[in-house]
Amino acid sequence: MADLIGAELATRTLPLSGFHGGSAAAALSVAAPATRISLRAKPDAVAALSGALGLSLPTKAKTSASSNGRHALWLGPDEWLVIDENEADLIAAVASSNMLHSATDISHRNTAIIVKGRGAAVAINGGCPQDLSLAAFPVGACSRTVLAKAEIVLLRTAEDTFRVECWRSFSPYVSTLLAEAAEDAGN
Amino acid sequence: MLLIYCPYCEEERSELEFRQAGDAHIARPTNMTEMTDEDFEAFFFLRDNVKGLTFERWRHLNGCGRFFNAARDTVSDKFLTTYKAGLPRPDLSTLRPATEATVETYEATESNAK
Repeated sequence: MADLIGAELATRTLPLSGFHGGSAAAALSVAAPATRISLRAKPDAVAALSGALGLSLPTKAKTSASSNGRHALWLGPDEWLVIDENEADLIAAVASSNMLHSATDISHRNTAIIVKGRGAAVAINGGCPQDLSLAAFPVGACSRTVLAKAEIVLLRTAEDTFRVECWRSFSPYVSTLLAEAAEDAGN
Repeated sequence: MLLIYCPYCEEERSELEFRQAGDAHIARPTNMTEMTDEDFEAFFFLRDNVKGLTFERWRHLNGCGRFFNAARDTVSDKFLTTYKAGLPRPDLSTLRPATEATVETYEATESNAK
C-alpha cells in the first residue's frame, strides 16, 4: 500500500491523450489542457466581472472576447464559458470582482479538439446543423450547439480553425465522428 | 429540418437544438392549499391538446438554454412566431394560422382513395 501513496497518484490522465487524425482538408488535434469556468451572473455584475477577468464579457449572442489566451464565450443571456489556455486560476479571478455571481470549475469536465484546415467547417457540419459560413459564423463567433448526439461548444478562432469543446466522456464519440467527417471533407 | 427562431439568440436555429416543454401561459394558482382536488387536477394534469393553433413553451436546450414561448400550428407544424418567456400572447390577428383547407390531412388526401 505504501507504494500507492505518492506523487504518481496525482498524475493527470488526459482524455484523448495522443489523439490526432483528420485529413489534409481538416486536421484534428487535441487542445492543450486549460482551466475553464461556467460563469453565471446578472447584468449588473458584468462590468465588474469583466474587469476582474481582464476582458469584456460579451453580451451579444454568438460572440466571444479573447485576450492573452483567455476566452469568454457567450452561451446565454446570463451565462458564459471562460477558458484560460495558460491555466490561470479563474475562480480566484472572478471572486476578486466582489459581485454576486456563480462560477463552477469545469476544467476537467471539458476537453477540446482543434479542427484546422480548408475543410474544417465542412467536417464540423458533418454533425452540426449550424451555418458555419464566414458571413454567419465569423472569426470569434461561438455557440453551444450539437454535434450529432453530443453537445459541443464551438469557437471559431481563425477562418480555417475551430475549437470544439465537449464533455470529456463524450470525447471518444466526438473525436471519432470528426475524424470520419474530416475524411469526407477532403472529397 | 425545421428552423426555429430563438428570441434570445435572435437567430433561426435547427430544431435539433430545441426541446418542447409543454403548454405555455398556464397560470400557477396562488391558493394551492385551499383548492379542491378537481381544480388542482385541472391545473396540473389537464391540457387541451388542440388541433391547430397552440401556444407552447420551448427550450433552446443545446443553445442558449433559455425557455421561450411559441405559437405553433399542430396540423402543419408551422411556427407562427416565437417570443420571450413572460411576454403576453401575441396578437393573433397579425399572425396567419394555416387553415385546415390548406393542409394535406389524411382525410383530405387518402380517405377517398380508390
